[in-house]
Formats: sequence, structure tokens, C-alpha cells
Amino acid sequence: MRDEFIAAVADMEEEEAIRLVRAMLDAGADPQDILDATKEALLLVGTRYEAKEYFLPELIIAGDLMKEVAALVKPKLVERAAGRATRGKVVIGTVEGDIHDIGKDIVIFMLDVNNFEVIDLGVDVPAAVFVDKVRETQPAVVGLSGFLTLAFDQMRATVDALAAAGLRNSVKIMIGGAIMDQSVADYVGADAYGSDAQAAVRLATGWTA
Amino acid sequence: MTEQTPAEQFEARIKRVQDAIALRVPDRVPVFGPYQKYPYTFAGIDMRTAMNDYAAARAACHAFQDHFQPDLDFGPVLAYPAAAMETLGYRAFRWPGHGLPDDAMYQYVEGEYMKAEEYDDFITDPSDFMLRTWAPRQFAGMDGFGKITPWRRFMWSGWMGLGPFASPEMRRTLELVVKAGEQMDEWFGSLGQYAAETEARGNPIAYAGWDWPPFDILGDTLRGTANILADMRRRPSKLHDALKVATRIFVEYGEGAAGSRLPLVWVWVHKATRDFMSDAQFKEFYWPYFREGLLALVEKGITPVVYWEADFESRLEHIVDVPKGKMIYHLSSTDPEKAYDVLGGTVCLMGNVPNIQLLGGTPDDVRATSKRLIDTLGRNGGYIMDSAFMLDEAKPENLKAMIDFTKEYGVYR
Repeated sequence: MRDEFIAAVADMEEEEAIRLVRAMLDAGADPQDILDATKEALLLVGTRYEAKEYFLPELIIAGDLMKEVAALVKPKLVERAAGRATRGKVVIGTVEGDIHDIGKDIVIFMLDVNNFEVIDLGVDVPAAVFVDKVRETQPAVVGLSGFLTLAFDQMRATVDALAAAGLRNSVKIMIGGAIMDQSVADYVGADAYGSDAQAAVRLATGWTA
Repeated sequence: MTEQTPAEQFEARIKRVQDAIALRVPDRVPVFGPYQKYPYTFAGIDMRTAMNDYAAARAACHAFQDHFQPDLDFGPVLAYPAAAMETLGYRAFRWPGHGLPDDAMYQYVEGEYMKAEEYDDFITDPSDFMLRTWAPRQFAGMDGFGKITPWRRFMWSGWMGLGPFASPEMRRTLELVVKAGEQMDEWFGSLGQYAAETEARGNPIAYAGWDWPPFDILGDTLRGTANILADMRRRPSKLHDALKVATRIFVEYGEGAAGSRLPLVWVWVHKATRDFMSDAQFKEFYWPYFREGLLALVEKGITPVVYWEADFESRLEHIVDVPKGKMIYHLSSTDPEKAYDVLGGTVCLMGNVPNIQLLGGTPDDVRATSKRLIDTLGRNGGYIMDSAFMLDEAKPENLKAMIDFTKEYGVYR
């Protein structure tokens, strides 16, 4: 049943996947194992996304499926004292003046699936909030998201604020958004630009290896 | 060359643009493009002022046009009227003074303004759905419309259902829409005044209408991006039926431009590009309806300016299937040479000086980019110089370099 469930999630068969979760729970499966299986399936989705077999629609459906499975399984999950090991922390947000969140949320979803601990600051995030959160949580990576050209200067101001606070050298900074590219990363003083969610995972993985 | 009169300049500019669209070689490469916030920044006023003080917005756009002298003029049309938005309690936007700083560009707030189970309501009676369900969700001030009887039942005894018009909610809604109507008249009056003023100075207005592809009509304003993308897998047949309705709306939106002196309808393309969907999904859900609508507009003598808002390299082989010399494709960040290889000789191309270069580069950088674009895309006509994305931020000297260089180097001899 576990393999069928993984295949159903990876093949976007939502109803079948949920039916199998219920069946596994009824049969007394370990809830933690169901979550682990979900993660395996989502990694498969990520691989297909990277292979350009899947696109945003499939990532969105996978994200919805993950939430549905979690809602079914979590009540039965015995709290475990030890937190799971993560690859590292990522502080992420859409910069001040910009309220776009779809791209950012997909990046968060993929980072989460790949075992990063993500601290989501939301949208329209002032530079000072990035500084405070970086100081407080000491992440390895900061992700700046922006969809509008106003984000060029605001990202730069955010990077400058991290530098002024003496935090620039303790983090790697990646930027993303439809209109971003490497020349924008250079302009704002970021370490890298990622063209999609999988690129963000690759960058963060490279920096935390 | 002797100085042109404003009337001569007006005609010369229209001909230049029409030649480029028709893939003829014009006297030189035309240069113009849409802006949002830029002229206000240039003139020293913030976006909040531009959206509230129409005279200030007009003065700023005139100052922009006088200084930079692009071939066509947009005017203050994208400085939306804050007054009417406030009156109606527009929930789907944030703007300066309403959730955004004074100098931010207004932004759209996505939502599921049509729920999945409401597809049939939209498909069978779109006007009723928009009036009674959608409008109250978008505008706090339109609550009252949710109370009234559907108009499709108005024959025979339907009129007897007028009672809800007397409800407190509907009275308030009617007062607010009348007030907003007056405010919209004032705003359109300002746009009309601007157009007359700038045309008298020899600057043709760059737009005769606005439009959105059928998929984006549904995705932007009804279902929301995430929902419509998932709908391609979850409810494909409902989506197809709704896209047929949206195609009709697309044509209605654009066809008002027919008969204009320069019938350019700007079509803002949002979810067609890059990763939004697979090629198979684009071919099934996006392009056929969009193409049908574009061809219907072309049939009416209208020139669609398709403003692809991101990289569309992956779609080139599909979107080349349109009539020759009838449209403009704006490039955004698409690789110009790859675009030209496929689309050159079919549609007029426009763009794509990077906005980051206009902001962070030097005039020499901008001239080098402009030269490369003219050499590549403009070598046989059929090209218009513009920035990659709508202008919000740029150094004035960089923008001036793009325009002046095009006027010198872009002359066809």
C-alpha cells in the first residue's frame, strides 16, 4: 500500500492518495511512516519538476496533498521529543513594498520537503525585520523574493542593512522572482539568483553541505 | 532636416509605428513603451499624489513626454483613481494610503473570488455571476448586489421581486456606485483632456484599449493563480467551458478599439510563460482560446500588442502561428535572438532593454544594449525599442540614452 500511495501522490492522483492514507491508517500503519512516505513522494515530484515533466500546477497540487495528508495523520502522531534533523535554517520573505507570495510559497514548500527549516517572514517585509530575524535565528541562508522592479532597490537596501548590522558574512543570500536574473543579484549584492524552486533548493543545499 | 510641425510629427509617428507593425521598413526604429510609476518619480511626485491629484499626474506625464520624447505617449492611464477605489472599498487592490507606502506602485491582491463549485454559475450566466456573487466579494461597497433577484428571471412576474432594491444594503450600494461613477467620469475626463493636449503637441496616444487573455481573465480575477493552475488537472472540462466564455469577454474587451486612429490594444499576458504550465497544458488550455481571440481582434482591424510579462522562449513554436504583420509581441526577458529566429518576419517585436540596466547601469551600457537590439531585431524593420518591463525605476540619463540612441542609430538609410 505504501508504494501505491507514493505512486498516487507522484502521479497527481489526489483522491486515490487520500483513500490510501485512510486505508493505511485503518490498517494500523505508523503515522510517522506515512509522513515519511509522503516526503519520498514529494521528492519524486521535485525530480519530475526539475526534469521539466512537471510545472507549477503539479507543485501546487503536491502542496495541497501534503497539507491534506498531514491533517489526516498528525492527530494520530505520537509527539516525538527529538526534533528531526534539518539541513539548516533559511529565513525568507518578499521584500518591503511588494506583496507577491506565490513564488515564495513554492520555494518554501520545496525547501521544507528537502529538510530545511524555513522561517517565513511573509510579504512586504522591511529590511529591519530581516535583520532582526537573522540575528535571532542565525540562519545559514536568506532568501529575498520580489516580483516588481521596485524590489531591485529594496533587495539592495535589505542586503545593505544586513551588512550594516554585521550579519552579511554569516549568511548566504539568494534572490528569486519572475523578473530577477544574475545581473539583478549582482546589483543587489546577493550571492546568487535562483530561477525556480528547485534552484533554490540546490543553492541552499550547496551552502549548507 | 527642417523642424516638423506638431501635426506633421503626429502623422510621422503614427506611420513609423504602423510601418513597424506591418513589417515594412520605417524611417527609423520607433521607440516607446508603457510606464507605471516612472513619470511621477521623474517629476518629483509620489504615487499617492498621482492617484489622487489628476492635474499633477497630467503635468508629470507631459513633463516626461517633453523631456524624453518617445514616439507614443501613455499619459496618466495607469495612475488609477484612488477616489473611486476608496468609495467602492476595492478589496482586490492595495494602493498607497491603503496598505502600501505613499510611493509604492499599487498591487493586486489575489483571491479565490470564484469558488470551484461556482464554475457552472459563471458558464451559464456570467453577467449574473459577476454582478451578484463576484462584485460583492471584490468591492465592500457592492454588498447590495448580492441581495437582488437574478435578472434572467425578469419576464412576467420577475419585476415583482424588486423588493431587495429597497434594502439598506442596496440603497447604500446604489449611492456608492453613483458616487464612484461620478468619480470615474472625472478620471476619464482627465485622461481625455491629457490625450487632446498631448496630441496637439504631436504625440499620438499609445493605447486604444486593454485586454487580458482568456486564461488570465479567469486566473487573475476569478479563480486565482494557484487554483486555476490546479484546475487544469482537477476540472479540465469545466475550465474549457469557462475559457470559451472568457474568450467572448476577451473579444468584447478589445473590440471597442476598432476604428481608432492607432488601434493598439495592449494585452497583458500573465500565466503563459516559463514554468506556469507545461507545453502540453499551454497547447490545450492557454493558446487556442487566446489565439482565437487575437485573430478575432485582428479581423476587426485592431492591432494587439501582446505584452508577454516574462520569458516565453518555450512557447515560440506555438505563438508564431498568427497572421503576418498584424501584431506586436513584447519580449520582456525573452532572448531576443531566439525570438527573432522564430518570430521575425511574422510579428513586430518590441523590447527588451533590461530594467536593471536602466536602473543600475550607465548610458554607455544602455547604448550598447540598444545597438545590439537594433542590429539583431531591427535589421529588416519590424522592431520597436522599449524596456523589458514597464518602467517604474530608471536613471533618467539611462532612459534618455535608450531613446536618443535609437533616434540616431535606428535610422534606416
